[in-house]
Amino acid sequence: MSPSAPTASLRDAYGTTLVELGERDPHLVVFDADLSGSTRTQLFGQKFPDRFFNVGVMEPTMMSMAAGVSLGGRTVFASTFAVFAAGQAYNFVRQSICYNRANVKIVATHGGLLVGGDGGTHQMLEDIGLMRGLPGMTVIVPADAPTARAATLAIAERDGPAYVRLTRESLPSVTDGSFRIGRAAELRAGSDLTVVAVGALVARALDLAEDLAQVGISVRVLDAASVKPFDEAAVLKAARETGAILVLEEHSVLTGVGSLVASVTSESCPVPVRRIGVPDLFGESGDPWALLDRYGMSARRIRDEAWDLLRLRGKVE
Amino acid sequence: MMESPGRVDVASLEATAREIRRDIVRMTYLAGSGHPGGSLSVTDLLTALLFHEMKIDPARPDWPDRDRLVLSKGHAAPALYSALAHRGFLPKEELLTLRRLGSRLQGHADRGKLPVVEASTGCLGQGIGMAVGMALDARLAGRTNLVYAILGDGECQAGPTWEALMAGGHFRLSRLVVLLDRNGLETDGPTETIMGIEPIADKFRAFRYRTVEIDGHNFPQILSALAEARRSTDGPTAIVARTVKGKGVSFMEGKSAWHGKPPSKAEAERALADLGAPEELPAR
Repeated sequence: MSPSAPTASLRDAYGTTLVELGERDPHLVVFDADLSGSTRTQLFGQKFPDRFFNVGVMEPTMMSMAAGVSLGGRTVFASTFAVFAAGQAYNFVRQSICYNRANVKIVATHGGLLVGGDGGTHQMLEDIGLMRGLPGMTVIVPADAPTARAATLAIAERDGPAYVRLTRESLPSVTDGSFRIGRAAELRAGSDLTVVAVGALVARALDLAEDLAQVGISVRVLDAASVKPFDEAAVLKAARETGAILVLEEHSVLTGVGSLVASVTSESCPVPVRRIGVPDLFGESGDPWALLDRYGMSARRIRDEAWDLLRLRGKVE
Repeated sequence: MMESPGRVDVASLEATAREIRRDIVRMTYLAGSGHPGGSLSVTDLLTALLFHEMKIDPARPDWPDRDRLVLSKGHAAPALYSALAHRGFLPKEELLTLRRLGSRLQGHADRGKLPVVEASTGCLGQGIGMAVGMALDARLAGRTNLVYAILGDGECQAGPTWEALMAGGHFRLSRLVVLLDRNGLETDGPTETIMGIEPIADKFRAFRYRTVEIDGHNFPQILSALAEARRSTDGPTAIVARTVKGKGVSFMEGKSAWHGKPPSKAEAERALADLGAPEELPAR
């Protein structure tokens, strides 16, 4: 983990922001499926019990009910773990929410390997791919608590379905919370190589940039929190200006942001793209941060891939 | 808004239902695909709802206090479209565009294309959840409108159907009325040999629904059950309507083969003769 910035809980940021939204909008409704303590929707539920529905372990139907409530004109938030929101409930998100153009905001916590001890069943590594494939769905993967807060506010303002993926672990606050839907944030300027990262790995991207700066290599870091709509312009600009892109995500490389970056660049500005993430595997139990290392996202591996790309582009010997 | 008549003109409802059934035959024949069997079985329920019980107004389709209808068995969309057309919510000429490229009448109803449809359905086990959500919304907003959800019996094999029913019972949604089109047949055959759902009325009761069993083709029984449901103040109602798949068309009745198969020209013309008057149809 990046020692450079203080850490904060993305889930806490979501929960407290949701209470603010509830104060602002008396019609806003929140659903949860028996995980309200973990997702922090409990904070909303304590403040607005009449507008909070904890429906128990029925994630698919939670999505249908949320859609039904929203069709009357309300903004509705629905939370559970990512594996249940995007996995268990997939076709309900697809038809009840997206096909109905329902104004439902799914904020899923416990995305990715950082779930740790619960193991592979609960470590959702395919949700970004599943959710960004749905027509009309906005998909956001915040890197820290300030972006989790900004994303919660942003999706509430935007009409239509949204999926936000939060991490269980607290993360270093690496952004200033100026997140905007559709925009990638350039967290660090650079000209030799670009790292596009989402979620927990944005901090590792910044660590890499700092590390390589020591030896005179200039690395651009883009926080691609807005996975959909995706800031293609920023990625193509980076491809043109730096000539190579390394993508970091705590998600399957088969369907995640890495494959998205590769698609975007190959159509308009083909440059070498390396995808760092989870290979074609399920996770397992373990210390959250040790799991990142074990599954191919160690600082060392990231550095090796970066050097490889730099060599490929003739920027180092 | 349609006023409830003091005396119900059952003959008029039967005549309307017959017109809807004729539309179902024409529509599925011309589309070359679709679900005539379950559309014909649910026709009388839909007719009773749209032409008698529901507080709806074609002049104000988005009237906030209107009663809502969710066709959870979305494959019966032809019956819904025809009923909506006869009730004045869409032009009757449009019915024959069913399933054509560019038509608002999708194979399974899509509210994005046809906003008078309260909820897009098609994949089973979801409409009932949306209906529960609509009833929660109404309660939060202080409205007293009813929300009707029409379930298929094959749909009662789906776990999420019972999640949603459980929620309706838990929240004691007295404005929620679930109608089960119990025609006994699904795509591959009888529900009870494929995956039995009986005793279905007991299941609804166990999920805290005031439950009545009726003949789903007998208007006085349907109307009486709907009137009783409207009076509920302490929880949701389930109406188990025993129906006949393919009702009204002699060679379709009780045959699961007609779940998802359109009639040929000759079959459609025979069906129309069964349904009151012969009619020559154009080539498909």
